[in-house]
Amino acid sequence: MTMKREITVTVNGKQHHSSVEPRLLLVHYLRDVLDLTGTHIGCDTSQCGACTVLLNGESVKSCTVLAVQADGCEVTTIEGLAPEGSLHPIQEGFWEKHGLQCGFCTPGMIMASYQLLKDNPNPTEKEIRKGLEGNICRCTGYQNIVRAVQHAAEQMRTGAAEPVGAGE
Amino acid sequence: MGIAAMLGSPIKRREDPRLITGQATYVDDIKLYGMLHLAVLRSPYGHARINSVNVDAARNLPGVVAVYTAEDVNSVVGKVAVAVPVGKIAEGMGVRSPLAQDKVRFFGDPVAVVIADDRYTARDARDLIEVDYEPLPAAIDVEKAMQPDAPLLYEEFGTNVALSLSLPDTTEEIDKVFEQTKADGGVVVKTRIVNQRLAPVAMETRGVVADFNKGSQKLTLWSSSQIPHILRNVLAATVGLPTHQVHVIVPEVGGGFGSKLNIYPEELLTAFASMKLGRPIKWIEDRSENMAATIHGRDQVDYIEAAATKDGKVTGVKLHAVSDMGSYSQLFTDVMVLAFTFPVVCGAYDIPAVHRSTDLVFTNKTPTDAYRGAGRPEATFAIERAMDLVARELGKDPAEVRRINFIQPDQFPYKSSTGTVYDSGNYEAALDKALALADYKSLRAEQAQKRAEGKLVGIGISSYIEVCGIGPKGFAPVGLFESARLRVDVGGNVTVYTGSSPHGQGEETTFAQIVAEEFGIPIESIVVLHGDTEAIPEGRGTYGSRTTPVGGSAVFTAAQKLKEKMKLIASHMLEASPSDVTLEDGKFSVAGSPQKSVTFAEVAATANLSNTLHPGIEPGLEATSFWEPEANVFPFGTHICVVEVDKETGEAQITRYIAVDDCGRQLNPMLVQGQIHGGIAQGVGQAMIEGVVYGEDGQLLTATLMDYAMPIASELPSFELDHTVTPTPVNPLGAKGVGEAGTIGSTPAVANAMADALGVAHVDMPYKPENLWKVIHQS
Repeated sequence: MTMKREITVTVNGKQHHSSVEPRLLLVHYLRDVLDLTGTHIGCDTSQCGACTVLLNGESVKSCTVLAVQADGCEVTTIEGLAPEGSLHPIQEGFWEKHGLQCGFCTPGMIMASYQLLKDNPNPTEKEIRKGLEGNICRCTGYQNIVRAVQHAAEQMRTGAAEPVGAGE
Repeated sequence: MGIAAMLGSPIKRREDPRLITGQATYVDDIKLYGMLHLAVLRSPYGHARINSVNVDAARNLPGVVAVYTAEDVNSVVGKVAVAVPVGKIAEGMGVRSPLAQDKVRFFGDPVAVVIADDRYTARDARDLIEVDYEPLPAAIDVEKAMQPDAPLLYEEFGTNVALSLSLPDTTEEIDKVFEQTKADGGVVVKTRIVNQRLAPVAMETRGVVADFNKGSQKLTLWSSSQIPHILRNVLAATVGLPTHQVHVIVPEVGGGFGSKLNIYPEELLTAFASMKLGRPIKWIEDRSENMAATIHGRDQVDYIEAAATKDGKVTGVKLHAVSDMGSYSQLFTDVMVLAFTFPVVCGAYDIPAVHRSTDLVFTNKTPTDAYRGAGRPEATFAIERAMDLVARELGKDPAEVRRINFIQPDQFPYKSSTGTVYDSGNYEAALDKALALADYKSLRAEQAQKRAEGKLVGIGISSYIEVCGIGPKGFAPVGLFESARLRVDVGGNVTVYTGSSPHGQGEETTFAQIVAEEFGIPIESIVVLHGDTEAIPEGRGTYGSRTTPVGGSAVFTAAQKLKEKMKLIASHMLEASPSDVTLEDGKFSVAGSPQKSVTFAEVAATANLSNTLHPGIEPGLEATSFWEPEANVFPFGTHICVVEVDKETGEAQITRYIAVDDCGRQLNPMLVQGQIHGGIAQGVGQAMIEGVVYGEDGQLLTATLMDYAMPIASELPSFELDHTVTPTPVNPLGAKGVGEAGTIGSTPAVANAMADALGVAHVDMPYKPENLWKVIHQS
């Protein structure tokens, strides 16, 4: 039996002390240990992006990060994108523009969109499509996702929202 | 109606708040006290004998609770269900027990299961199971698998062909038609199409949680499924429990596309394990399992021939479909061609003569079954390619060849030469709208110009119909009606219980729109529940583009029953005759005296509290409807695709994509467009990049998303959509289904564009750069 490691991870602004196997994936840590099941697993080769979260404010695919690598870091998941009871403009955009159907890719897609708009607050359609290359959706054909992100970008240009514990 | 018409409004979805905040519960989000995890050991070979299975090391790993093999399971659990066994399948060919016993027949075939405390330990233990396999040659190419020297999956049957069928028996009549057409100066076109094997790849893989309570002898089963009631009924029979002691709950489902319209070994195995151990058991499929063990779609080799007069009027069509069923029959594997391809091979066209034949063949691959379109994409692809070949042969415009062959609006209900009766349609109107939206004349002029510059540009048209809204009596061995129960509580709130099982289609919104419209009440006072066999009257689930036409009609008719009772109650409250009571904007009033009224909520309270209810009226306020269609419905449309192909690299790009679709009355246009976008993306995916690939030995080479190409945002254009509305007389909503239409219509549009771009009769899919480059540099 492998020795467990002690880690301290701040997730959505709340600090957690946990004992984990070195091989435990960050996505499993979030879902199975912390019960934050909004982040989803859609593949096993880092293609699909359903597991996208922010690690110290930058988007990562949490299926390809070990929980021990997040020791001492801040993680933001879909649950922490906006204060409870409110919606981030990106979430609102997805709702307004029907940017989701089954919803499974959606948390990852929203977190990836967050990074996209952080890097490029006024993206063209082409830039949005390129920026979301790492997130696969089987339901929407992406068209309304593009519209959702455009809607969010416009809303955010008039005032920004900070997610809980976003880090730098 | 005072309130802005709810039905037909593009309102935001009621589903979304929980989905966009990560608060929805999918099956892997379910955690039960004492829950164990199940892992499946699968064959790494496409075809092999199993000499022995040694589970000792696995059983002894700390944290492992049980390991089960075929010996433990197959005598206790029945066979994996086949809805309509045909040919040799009715004699047992291709019908399997949950675990492979003497042989494995596809890469991914389940051999044993491990149950452990956590998912990591279950996988560790799985790796310790030793199986002595004797690899056998594999039957991979479907036409080679039909040859006498092919490796046999089922030696006892002496062949890999489960059924060969010809309708009518001989080609005598169709041959005469073709001869006559040729003699009169017409043409015959023919082509061989590989409608390649696809993986559905719903973003959520499959998963099950089974919880058997030994005290009550009751099994509760959560499954990422499209068919809660059918799953309950079939699973109960297979594991030996009475149906009323099996409770199936379908939580949020992350996509299905037909791949979850099935009953799988893993559902049976998880239930079995829970019944043995008396503890909750969870199994979650990982993606590489999903690529191998969840059904694949399509995989037909189609031979189509069409005869046409020199004016382009098609006189007859022949289709021979070779169906690659994979290694076993799942629920509908063996009826894809018979029930879904055959009926619509004439497409949108008035074709007087047809001949259809098929071979259903087993190969050492994953079982095939329904995947978005399920048999209709194959038929549509064949007839749409044939129409283009006729145009090409005669030097005519493909739009005009379609136009002169269309079934005309005054011919409906129209009986095809296949015997299928189409409900309603106006195909020319959709074609004209698409041509206008595309500015077709300018497109052709631009094409000519670009061709003069040496560029490869193609324009492809697809004028499709499809058959959905299943279905009427006799269509399947169990009636495919749908249920709806409307309950109005003491607060005047409405709960709609639907036997439909949406997984992204949005019926929590559209069904609420139906009820809001019928009663003139705020949509916020209505909630739609689905996916629970104990809460919901016997239903049939979501697939086959049936949820709106069939499920919606059940909601509508239940609402009418409710209206009658409410009017009766209101009539007593208003001291009027029921026939004088009108309902508008949520108020019941006496015709001509609108000042005297009672509200929806007041009637609901009266019914539920009963003390002031008129004697002779039963208290409570509920209405149930089981609605069964008398016919299928036929959405249709025209798609136009423009592609440009780079001569140097073979890379193709879709520069424009136009879609005009008709699904009858639209309940929510925003949701309809979403279905079409997603449908087109999958159809384009098939045409451009997707395809399951096996090695000759049966190794699945596209076993992860690293190898199976999926459409991504940067590789798809934005689609230009418009619509026509031709209501159906088949149901009270006038609505047809739309979930699969986009997929069905799009693949041939891209194919026709590609053949046009390369100036060849046919190019096989997918249109990968290497494939196109070879075609370009051959000619």
